Amino acid sequence: MTVIDVQQDPAARTLKISTRFGAPPARVWQIWQDPRQLERWWGPPTFPATVIDHDLSPGGSVTYFMTSPEGDKHYGWWRVTSAEAPYRLEFEDGFADDAGRPNLDLPTTTVRVRLTADGEAATVMTIESSFPSTEAMEQMVAMGMVEGMSAALGQIEALLAGAPA
Amino acid sequence: MVVHTDSAGRAAHADRLFHALADATRREIVALTLTSEQSVSELARRFPMSFAAVQKHVTVLAGAGLVTKHRHGREQRVRGNPEALREAHRLLDQLAQLWRGRIDRMGAILAEPAPPTSSQPVSTSAGTDHEPHSQGESP
Repeated sequence: MTVIDVQQDPAARTLKISTRFGAPPARVWQIWQDPRQLERWWGPPTFPATVIDHDLSPGGSVTYFMTSPEGDKHYGWWRVTSAEAPYRLEFEDGFADDAGRPNLDLPTTTVRVRLTADGEAATVMTIESSFPSTEAMEQMVAMGMVEGMSAALGQIEALLAGAPA
Repeated sequence: MVVHTDSAGRAAHADRLFHALADATRREIVALTLTSEQSVSELARRFPMSFAAVQKHVTVLAGAGLVTKHRHGREQRVRGNPEALREAHRLLDQLAQLWRGRIDRMGAILAEPAPPTSSQPVSTSAGTDHEPHSQGESP
């Protein structure tokens, strides 16, 4: 739908996704900058994210947890390495223990976000996600699949409950 | 979150795969041998390096399953394995899915009227039928 380009670079363990939104960079930046908006897209509805701390300035950090349908909490954190509102954001994304403390034994992902104005009222957003090792990729996939599965289950439940599609 | 130890073997294999693909010459050898089988001497003529150096690259690629080697008379022939390449893309495909989901949700948020925090003039259509934002899902 909104995704316009996906590039994979297996040699560099990097994934690059470009997308175009019908809103200027200042508006797109808000979905990263405003923790309440970030919560609405970081995890799927059935695996929602709750943001605890949120500071997107360079050196700042974001801490969050994601709640599984069973009520389990999975903690994560970002460490902002570089930021230039509303055009550029780079951070490390990692896992944390149950107290929310960064677990540095688990691998981190480097995420680079670029927002480029496309005319007056549109933005091209490029997300580059790099993984330090194959293990890191496997872990992200495992997490992502859990989320994907619970999202699908949620949709089935909604159908069974007769909720409007 | 549980780290699955049974995936350790698979991860080790994938590591060899990504390591093998991290070199430009090796990527070129894979590309060449996918379209047509080549002997090591044929490959050595294409690259500005020794027969031994090319043979070393081929050994790394074979170890990762990216090419297979077999003897044909006095020649050592090399053939690319498309299956192994697909495996290298599998993980990145799945990670792309994760981001596609996020981007779809971002698009849905951006399609909504501007949030009240913005300094834009508030729309006068007070009675819009947008569902109130129900943050509290029952625990």
